[in-house]
This record gives sequence, C-alpha cells and structure tokens, in this order.
Amino acid sequence: MLERSGFPSLLAALRQHGYRVVGPTIRDGAIVYGDIREESDLPIGWTDRQDAGKYRLERRADRALFGYAVGPHSWKKYLFPAHERLWTAVRTDASFAVRPEPVEGPPLAFLGVRACEMAAIDISDRVFGKAGDPAYSAHRRGSLRVAVQCGQAGGTCFCASMGTGPGVRKGFDLALTEILSPGRHYFLVEVGSREGAAVLSGLPLAPASQTDTAAAEAVVARTAASMGRSMDAGGLRDLLVNNPEHPRWEIVARRCLSCTNCTMACPTCFCNTSEEVPDLSGERTERWRRWDSCFNSGFSALHGASVRSSTKSRYRQWLAHKLGTWHDQFGTSGCVGCGRCITWCPVGIDITEEVAALRLPAPPPAEKKP
Amino acid sequence: MNRNHASRDGVRLADHPFVKDLPAALVASMSRIAVERSFETGELLLREGEPAREFLLIVDGKVALEVATPERPRLTIQTVGPGEVLGWSWLTFPYHWRLDARALKPTHAFSVDSDRLRTFLNEDPANGFQFLLHLLPVIAQRLENTQFQLLDVHGS
Amino acid sequence: MPYVVRGQTRETPDTVTLVLSPGPGAEPHPFAPGQFNMVYVFGLGEVAISISGDAEQPDRLVHTVRAAGKVTHALTEMTSGSTVGVRGPYGAGWPLSKVRGKDVVIVAGGLGLPPLRPAVYEMLRQRDAYGRIEIIYGSRSPRDLVYYEEIQGWRALPGLRFQTTVDTAGRDWYGDVGLVTARLPDARFDPPNTAAFLCGPEIMMKLTAQALTARGVPEDSIFLSLERNMKCAVGICGHCQFGPEFVCRDGPVFPYSEIRRFLAVREV
Repeated sequence: MLERSGFPSLLAALRQHGYRVVGPTIRDGAIVYGDIREESDLPIGWTDRQDAGKYRLERRADRALFGYAVGPHSWKKYLFPAHERLWTAVRTDASFAVRPEPVEGPPLAFLGVRACEMAAIDISDRVFGKAGDPAYSAHRRGSLRVAVQCGQAGGTCFCASMGTGPGVRKGFDLALTEILSPGRHYFLVEVGSREGAAVLSGLPLAPASQTDTAAAEAVVARTAASMGRSMDAGGLRDLLVNNPEHPRWEIVARRCLSCTNCTMACPTCFCNTSEEVPDLSGERTERWRRWDSCFNSGFSALHGASVRSSTKSRYRQWLAHKLGTWHDQFGTSGCVGCGRCITWCPVGIDITEEVAALRLPAPPPAEKKP
Repeated sequence: MNRNHASRDGVRLADHPFVKDLPAALVASMSRIAVERSFETGELLLREGEPAREFLLIVDGKVALEVATPERPRLTIQTVGPGEVLGWSWLTFPYHWRLDARALKPTHAFSVDSDRLRTFLNEDPANGFQFLLHLLPVIAQRLENTQFQLLDVHGS
Repeated sequence: MPYVVRGQTRETPDTVTLVLSPGPGAEPHPFAPGQFNMVYVFGLGEVAISISGDAEQPDRLVHTVRAAGKVTHALTEMTSGSTVGVRGPYGAGWPLSKVRGKDVVIVAGGLGLPPLRPAVYEMLRQRDAYGRIEIIYGSRSPRDLVYYEEIQGWRALPGLRFQTTVDTAGRDWYGDVGLVTARLPDARFDPPNTAAFLCGPEIMMKLTAQALTARGVPEDSIFLSLERNMKCAVGICGHCQFGPEFVCRDGPVFPYSEIRRFLAVREV
C-alpha cells in the first residue's frame, strides 16, 4: 500500500534504479506516452471520452493520476519505434563495413501499462522474438513494466471480451491499483518480479488490509462491468479465414479511407519497411526502418503492381490477419481489445461491429422488382 | 503432294486423338474423303487470305501459326504438333484463312475437304454439334494462349 | 556478410548470372535447393534473390538477376571484384527427400528456372533416386531463355526430357510456341507416383497445377514456389503474407494442397 503522498517516491526510486521512466502525459489534446520527470507530468485530474472516431479530454471531479483509458500511443512507440536506424555502413577500399546500431541509454520503465497493453507487449515479444529482431530486443531488454489496473473503461474498450483485461494478472514487475475513496487516495501495490521488488525497497509502504484488497478488486470489477463495447471472440480465426467473399467486406470498404490510422494506433501491428539512406558523398549509408501498413497501396507491390489494389482486399487482409491468421502465425489473436482502431478511425469504423456483421450469413441477392 | 488414302504407314484417321469419341458414322465419312498431305520444312500449309477449304489433323511434325504485318518481322503466336488440328476458318464467314501456317519440320497431316465436311455436319446436326464440341476446346485453348500473350506474364 | 563478385554471365539483355565468393570474414554458404538470399548493394538497398547454383559448392554462390528495380539493375552491372552484402539462406526449399523414387515434373516460367536449377543438379547427382525427369520451361521469347548452353547438355541425358516453349517467336525459332500446359501432354510420367515442382508467374503455376491434378498427380505432391514482396526475409515486415503464411519464412515453396484455397481468392 502506497499513499498518494508517497507516489513521488516511486518515481524517484525508478530513476534511482537506473530507469528512464516513460508514461502518460498530455500533449496536443490527447494523453500520449512521453518522459515522466515528475508527477505533474501525469494527466492528474483528467479523463478521456472515447467513441468511434471521437476522442476528447475532460476534467475529472477528482485528482486521479490514472483516471482515463488508453490514448493514441502504445508502448510499441518505444519497443518498435516508428522510424529507427538499424545500421550504418561506410565505404572502404573495394568494399564496405557495416556498423550495427549501438545499444545505448538506460533501460525503460513503462509506467501505467494497462492490462490490454500488457497483453500487447506479450504478443509483440512473440512476434519480434520469433523473428529474432535485434532492435526490438535491445529496447525490450531490462525494461520494467509498472502496470495500472483500469479504474474505468473507455467508450471503445472491449478487453473483457477478448480475455485480456481489465485486470492485470501476470507478467508485470509492479502493478498499481489506484483507489479513490472519500477522504483517502492511495495505491495498492502488487509485486510481480524481483526487479519490481527491488524498486520498492525503501518506499513508504504499509501492509495492505483485507479491506484494501477488496477495494482494489472492486475497482477492476466495476471497470469490467462498464466496458464500452464487446466482441464475441469465439471461433474468430475460422470466421475470418473462411469468409473471404463475405459481402460485408465490400460494405466496410465503402467507408474505409485506407488511411492506416488503425494500424498506426494498434499496439500489435508490426508491419514495417526498410529504407536505404545514403549520404551525398556516397561514402556512408544508413539503413532505416519505418512503420508500414497493409493499407498502403505499395505494401504488397510485386513487379510494380499492387497485389491488393482494392480497399476491400486491404481491409480484409488487416482484419483477417489481426483476428484470424495471427493465430496460425503466433498462436494468439493479434487483438487485445484496446479499442484504439475504433477511436482513431476518422470515419468511425468499429471492429466489433464489423465482426458482428461478418457473423451474419450473407443475405441472399436482392430480387429485382419488375 | 497429296495421296488419296486416309492411312499412312498404318496410321488411320480414326486413330487421330481429335476424332476419338466422335460419332463413328462421322469418323467413317471423314475417313472416306480424307487425303494425306506432307509438307517440307518451311512450306506453307495455309496462307492468310486464301479460301479456307480444308480441315487438317496433324499426324507428326510441327507447324507454326504466323502473323505477318508490314511493320514488323513475322511473329509465331503458337505452334501445333502431332495429335492437334488446324484450320476452322471454313466454318465462319468469310471463309478464308486468318493466319499463315508454316511447317517447322517435315510434317504429315490428314486433310479433310471442308465443303464436303460441312455438308456432313449440316446433314446430321447431331454429328455437327458433336464436331463443334470437339473443336471448341481447341479454340478455347488458342484463346487462352492469346490471353497469356496479352498478359505478358513472363515479361515484367 | 560481404561477398565478392568473381564472375558474371549475361544470360539475356536484362538478366545476368553472378558468381560470388565469401569476402573477408564471411563464411561459405550452405543452402538447400529452392532457398533464397537477401542481396545488398551499398547505398541502394536489398532484394530477395533465389539461389541458382550448386548446393554442393557452398563457396561458389550463384544468383541469376533480372534488372527490374534500382538494386537489381546495379547487380546486373556489377564488375568482378565488387562487394555485395548477403544474408541468408532463407525459406523452405524444394522437398527433394519427399520425392525420391518418383517421377518428377518440373515446370518453370521465365525467371522461375533459376530457383529450380539447384534441384535439377541435386537430382542429376543422385539420378537413380528419381524416376523420369520431365522439365518444361516457358519464356517470353527465345532471347529470354536463360542457361541455354547448359540446357543443351541436359537434353542429351537419358531419362530426362527438356521441353522449351515461348510466348511468341520469330522465324528463327524452330521450337514450340504456346503455354507450358500445352507441353504437358507430351510429358511421360506415372501420375500417382509423380511429384511436380513449379516456379513462375502465379497464373501459370495455377493452370499447371490444375492440369497436373486433372491428370491424377496428387495435390500434396505438387509444390509451388510463390513470389511476394519481400523486405525482411524473417517474418517481421509483413509484406509477403499470403493467407496465414509468411512467404519468406514458411515458403517460398508450398504444397499445392495447402495453398490452393488461398490461390483461389482474389487479392489475397
């Protein structure tokens, strides 16, 4: 148990243990992830209101530190940066020498990792781990996950139906439950690892009573009961793989702008492309990788033509991969129910609504009236 | 160079893959009027623009179907070999050949006079329909070949 | 891994076969027939190219490259002594061990022949382990045929038939003109005991697989080498996905029985 007044000591302890602390902060009207130097960097007393294609910050009636759902950023911003140099090569006499990107900087402490995001990082660990990606493992190595139990569900959240939240159950180093009761504001702190325990030593902690534990559980239960949305996750893999010609794909393609927002906001989307960036002298060149998206027309280009030229085929590729073939590839769904793709879709396409529509049998062709 | 027997070195028209499963009466009629033709390498079997008067069933050899235009060298668009057939312009107006057909090596074929063949097919429409059913896959295959040339699948 | 260009043969006006050997600090390069490498040109980038040499000569790496983009264009202009970067080998190759004892039908279209050549070498080395070998090679025109001299040598071998066909030709071509499927009726093999390796344009492979199954070759004995946009070769960039498969990692060679349903879907 950590009283609200003791929270700054947690930040200090994370820094003392050599971590660079990153977490939620307000920028450009949204709660995003950035460096947290002091507790005032956190969105204290703010919340978010989310719906399909809508995101607004609002004042809370209280001074909660974590009183909101997830924003447009996810932790992949740090583990799989949007634009990243992989290596540098310099010309030598008749050849060239490759210099790998050095692993620099302190390990990261992710402050305020939600249950859906814990699941997303676990999925990314599998995806990048299977490929043996050195850049990802360099960022991930030694990082600390300070989880936060969600005290309220966002309007587009559906983690409860995906089985990923809202309660953080495992994999965390530390897990916080923020409890706001009349006259008292405190955190229940759970320890999940030796690294997490090390950070706690020296903090002004008090043993948790049964009442405190029960209050924490009530927080999670209340959140689970107020999910903004839900998705029937049963049999999704087969549904998506076996219905490539369902008429719903055409219908959603009429709205989809192929803008890639969903894939940028998604915490598990990993598609990327590599670019060669030579300098003007021709003596030095850099290899960069940047996020790419299956919604981009050139993504599947083969001999100058796109394999998936229609928006229908791109949306189908995205959803059938995310909810379907991801299982074949990585033994898990690629969706954690965070709702970002719904909130940040400029036309408000709702993945839960699309899945529900795909579950309906295709309607018979309309009869022509004489 | 024509000979008036529908059998050469013991090979009978009735053995040609094209007439397999055609009504026996029709095959017998075709055999009666078929003649053998032989072509030297480079010799034209059919010439574009000339009246189409025969149906050829290739026994051996190889024949190139060529397109000739003033602007470019002759282009072979397909080769036809043993067991295949050649020439159906006699079935459609204006009844003249649309392509050149040139022997790429010594070639032997059965030639069936198309005026008499058309008479057989007209007289017995059931036979006529069976004949067209046999010819249609050949035309479809030719069309498919053209589609692939249009796609230039190996090109890019 | 640095590799040094040791020789280059111009196969066609736009296609060159490069012979590479390990540069300083690079190891020889064991590979399985059908696998590919990522080949890097300094300052330009990286492309996936199938390995077309002999697997028994791992220190002599052979790639046949057609100039299509800026990297492949640079590769076809490489001179001896130049250095390129090589990562690999990647992917699952031709399942040669599974097809022992069978007749083997090989159908290649265009630059589909180079990834099949290592398999031909392997089968010729262990000639008694395989039945008849029927090779059909289709190309755009006679001047687009690669490995011309070598093919003449193969034609002389007993128990092996090599048929060539082109899409169109001039008067100087006395070979066949037409689809590779039009050459299949001339191929002799025992369908239930036959395996087929196909590599070329997807539509050509699809038609060939259909023709082979119509003749009684089992679907799980027909293998196709797919081509998709490849960037990373390790299943992390997402570009080459084909249904549940990463073509780079799970393929490029797949049994027809596994991918037939996805080949039937448009824009999959």
